[in-house]
Amino acid sequence: MFLQLIISGLSFGSLYALIALAMVIIYKTSEVPNFGQGEMAMLATFVAYTLLVTHGHSFVVSFIGALVFAAGLGIFLEFVFLRRAKDPNILSLILITLGFEMVLYGLASWKWGAEQRNFPFPVSDFDIINLGSAVISYLNIATLLITLFLMFVLFLFFKYTKVGIAMKATQQNATAARINGIRTNRIMSLTWALSSMIGAVAGMMLAPIATLDPNLMLEPLLKGFAAAVLGGMTTLVGAALGGYILGIIENLFGGYVSLEFKSVVAFLVIVLVLCFKPSGLFARHYVRKV
Amino acid sequence: MDMKRDYYEDIQLLDSKVLRFWFLMFIASLAAFPFVAQNYHIYMANYMAINVIVTVGLNILVGYTGQISLGHAGFFAIGAYGTVLLMTNLHFPFPVALVSSALIAAFFGFILGLPALRLEGPYLAIATLGFGMAITQVIGRWQVFGGRMGLETPKLAFGPYTADTDRELYFVIVTIAFLLLLAARNLMKTRVGRAFIAIRDSDIAAETMGVNLTLYKTLAFAVSAFYTGIAGGLMAFLLGFINPSSFNFILSIYFLAFVIVGGLGSIFGSIMGGVVMTWLLLVLDKVQELPYVGEVLTSFSEQWMNLAGLPNIASIIFGLIIILLVVFEPLGLYGFWIRTKIYWKTWPF
Repeated sequence: MFLQLIISGLSFGSLYALIALAMVIIYKTSEVPNFGQGEMAMLATFVAYTLLVTHGHSFVVSFIGALVFAAGLGIFLEFVFLRRAKDPNILSLILITLGFEMVLYGLASWKWGAEQRNFPFPVSDFDIINLGSAVISYLNIATLLITLFLMFVLFLFFKYTKVGIAMKATQQNATAARINGIRTNRIMSLTWALSSMIGAVAGMMLAPIATLDPNLMLEPLLKGFAAAVLGGMTTLVGAALGGYILGIIENLFGGYVSLEFKSVVAFLVIVLVLCFKPSGLFARHYVRKV
Repeated sequence: MDMKRDYYEDIQLLDSKVLRFWFLMFIASLAAFPFVAQNYHIYMANYMAINVIVTVGLNILVGYTGQISLGHAGFFAIGAYGTVLLMTNLHFPFPVALVSSALIAAFFGFILGLPALRLEGPYLAIATLGFGMAITQVIGRWQVFGGRMGLETPKLAFGPYTADTDRELYFVIVTIAFLLLLAARNLMKTRVGRAFIAIRDSDIAAETMGVNLTLYKTLAFAVSAFYTGIAGGLMAFLLGFINPSSFNFILSIYFLAFVIVGGLGSIFGSIMGGVVMTWLLLVLDKVQELPYVGEVLTSFSEQWMNLAGLPNIASIIFGLIIILLVVFEPLGLYGFWIRTKIYWKTWPF
């Protein structure tokens, strides 16, 4: 029982971790928690679904198509709306992303309705491996591996590529980065593209577990956001760890205490943690100077 | 123009004769409205009045105190469920039930205000959001609250007065809304209101000036929750039936949208925001029946989208309005109004 709960917690946690990573990447450059993240991922998943089922392309083609779409969507939103905001404060930035959320949600439910669909994924959730007292499905394994692989790629990206280093520079100090010849505006757009792609991967791995409808990402987004806050909105590693921790806590609570209130516990944990560590578990607390 | 010569002039409710005249006209038209309007329009007016209460309440928190809340649907739910349960189970009379459930909401607001003392920006957003989610989930799963099926609202009656129709409800709702608006406007001219504004402008500066942050931040949450609780209680009577799914996360965003559209930090703006956005919401609900626009949209959805999903266009339009307003007119309708007024004052120069 315990092992089983941990395994499924890790599997869900890795999805939360991906969403948290996507949010943190944007938060660090644009300084806004992107509430549109979930719907961006949901839309990309629908694009993959359309390519896969309606147009009959192979999974790889649809997957790549969805990623390209996600990147384009991210750049579009950043370029057309966010960049136009004059003298934005945190509240207005949050509101803009909430606006994205509503527009994208509306578009998706206008086009695809509330009908629930099955997202065909090449790896099945029903083929399982026995691990002593627990079972693990191929889909869980795929989720875990893909997430770890993606995190590794991100690590390499931020450490060794020019664009990744430019992103880090922009995150630390946009003005200084600009003086050093980095086109911070372009970097900003690329950040949104990158984050949107990570979100899209999370969406496509979530769709086979849940059913594909416009509400697909509503709760996972909030959980991912909660995970990011839990770990600290300013550290990538922290956000990823926060995702795993949240997944495990949630599953253990669901298994041992109460299945009914499983989805509430995430937020209670967040509020409690924030009371003691206002910047999250793994981030240094930032003291504002007057 | 409007120079204030002493303190009493500054705290006056209506500071010019013109304003006083329009204020009286406004009251008169409010009183005359139910006798000339059709039923549906009265229903609409009730809806607007309730949303105006929420907007003012949220504006006290967001616009005046500079905090953020994505969980006001939670307070709204507490108000609605509290009023209904107190009236059906404990047989409280309507006014007592309404006020005590709003006080319960205010208490929860105070509790939520405690973590807010240390949080800001996205952290505060997630804490309030978590609160809103938790309330909806708890209400949906606990049998006392009727679970997913929801509860039926009892008849509104106190003393000899019973309100069955929308027209009778109108007097109750609009009177309460009017009183709460006056109270809010007055509150902002007192020591408390000025403390709120000082916290918004800079909480550290406010604290050095001797504003008790702990007291006033939690108080702002409590007052805001009280307003929202009252509105929730009234909404239960307007709808006649409440269930948890009507108090979701989207509702909290809508409330925030009302405030933004109306204008942050302005009571008059809140009225405009609540009225205009509620009207839009009710009209977009049956967008297909609109003349001309409806036909175009119907044929467009048949060709490209999905006809069943057409009502979701409300969400798209709301989202776009929020984005465009924040980008181009951060002060909302109130800012627009002020600019128009100034333009005409100096016209043709």
